[in-house]
Amino acid sequence: MDKVAELEKKVSELEAKLAAAQGNVGPVRQKIDVMSSEVVDSNPYSRLMALKRMGIVDNYEKIRELSVAVVGVGGVGSVTAEMLTRCGIGKLILFDYDKVELANMNRLFFQPHQAGLSKVDAAAATLQAINPDVAIDAYNYNITTVDNFQKFCDTISTGSLTGGPVELVLSCVDNFEARMAINTACNELNQRWFESGVSENAVSGHIQFIIPGETACFACAPPLVVASNIDEKTLKREGVCAASLPTTMGIVAGFLVQNTLKHLLNFGNVSNYLGYSALTDFFPTMTLKPNPQCDDSYCRRRQAEFSARPVVELATEVTEDAGPVHADNEWGISLLDENSPEEETPNLKLVDGVQVAYSVPADSSTPESSTGGAVAASELSLEELMQQMKSM
Amino acid sequence: MVDEGTKKTLSSIPLLKTKAGPRDKELWTTRLKEEYQALIKYVQNNKEADNDWFRLESDKTGTRWFGKCWFVHNLLKYEFDLEFDIPVTYPTTAPELALPGLDGKTAKMYRGGKICLTDHFKPLWARNVPRFGIAHAMALGLGPWLAVEVPELIERGVVKYQEKSEEAK
Ligand SMILES: [Zn+2]
Repeated sequence: MDKVAELEKKVSELEAKLAAAQGNVGPVRQKIDVMSSEVVDSNPYSRLMALKRMGIVDNYEKIRELSVAVVGVGGVGSVTAEMLTRCGIGKLILFDYDKVELANMNRLFFQPHQAGLSKVDAAAATLQAINPDVAIDAYNYNITTVDNFQKFCDTISTGSLTGGPVELVLSCVDNFEARMAINTACNELNQRWFESGVSENAVSGHIQFIIPGETACFACAPPLVVASNIDEKTLKREGVCAASLPTTMGIVAGFLVQNTLKHLLNFGNVSNYLGYSALTDFFPTMTLKPNPQCDDSYCRRRQAEFSARPVVELATEVTEDAGPVHADNEWGISLLDENSPEEETPNLKLVDGVQVAYSVPADSSTPESSTGGAVAASELSLEELMQQMKSM
Repeated sequence: MVDEGTKKTLSSIPLLKTKAGPRDKELWTTRLKEEYQALIKYVQNNKEADNDWFRLESDKTGTRWFGKCWFVHNLLKYEFDLEFDIPVTYPTTAPELALPGLDGKTAKMYRGGKICLTDHFKPLWARNVPRFGIAHAMALGLGPWLAVEVPELIERGVVKYQEKSEEAK
């Protein structure tokens, strides 16, 4: 067993080396200690530092101290990681358990010669070559299994440049199970994160900023979908699971990183929910309050903590939020009233153009009709039941 | 909508009671016992209906499952390895059933041979948390998938009949 673990470790080391070798010839520039705003053609940060001079960002170089975890390095996550790398983020932590395939080449970032490499190793090699100043950690495992989930939680809570929790987790995964796992972890760890997604028909997407207890978590409501304005009956799913477009994924990655930068560097207004419908170029935005009856007990605990916080703090938050509400109303999009934080309503108030993928009855204690009845407590032990199943 | 046959099959599988996932220690053992009871009943039902089509077992922790499923087409029996992990968010999210032997052979799969479920599966699962278990995922997910995809895979020549699979059982 030790031998296998040893070999696995060796293989992953070699894979990382191979990825580095195939990716690029290695760093083409020396590391830079301090970001400079000097405008010379050899300064990779001059145009970013110009944001300071123009008064958009107060303290751009703060980005060098910040750590972000990107979960899922596919069509959205790889582009997200590249943008953050080029922006000079302090540290990136990548998670994925997939390999690069030629079938991924309709998306951005990865190249055909990387086929067969693990996505995280291939991405780390490319990103490190683009910007050697970024600290990059790569983890090649599925976060939804019991053992890996614990490792994932430990990594995001101790993975920052200072050994504390990362500043932000960005979910760029492509399935419900992984999103729920990230949601569970972030509610437990009280970790701020962004959820992102592109629909399986490739023509809509969204980002959502989740502050545990303060905004709706991923489990507060059934999954949200942006109306595509196409008749569902004309949607054919025969023969394929999912479609994808580099455009939609690139746009969603752009939204995700833009809002990440705004949040991390404290400029502009951060959208709580931003949708995108490609067919109609429609971009609904809204703020979602957490569901007091959320299924996730840690979400409810965070909500209690949030409402127990001093009013002063709450007041500043409300004033800050007044900005986007006004701006959005100019576009005629109706928003829910944010000015009543005490109001406890489990009813989801969604902006026009965004709906739940399916409904779940509020009272889920009524079982569906079943002639099979419910299982009665068995007198047999688990081992005996396992044995019985085995001998069938 | 879910077809009548699947509905009938589903309704004859006992419902589970304990809402617990693999991180819930003792409650998870209770849930696991319910899972096994429901699976045993489902296999018994299948045998009685002359439609015995899978076997499953788990490791001690009940988080790693593996087994076989088979499908009869033109009187020939085709057998496939089946595996899946129980995610930390179970039973809120269903297990992702995988047939690794068919990975890359059909577009109706995600990476690693995870089967592509119909639009009906997730809403129905979500409405029945925590009452649906592994047996329900098999009946609602894998059963209908095999019925649609296997004949097509055979037609395309991607899946071939192997004498061995008949004798092995
Ligand atoms: Zn919640």
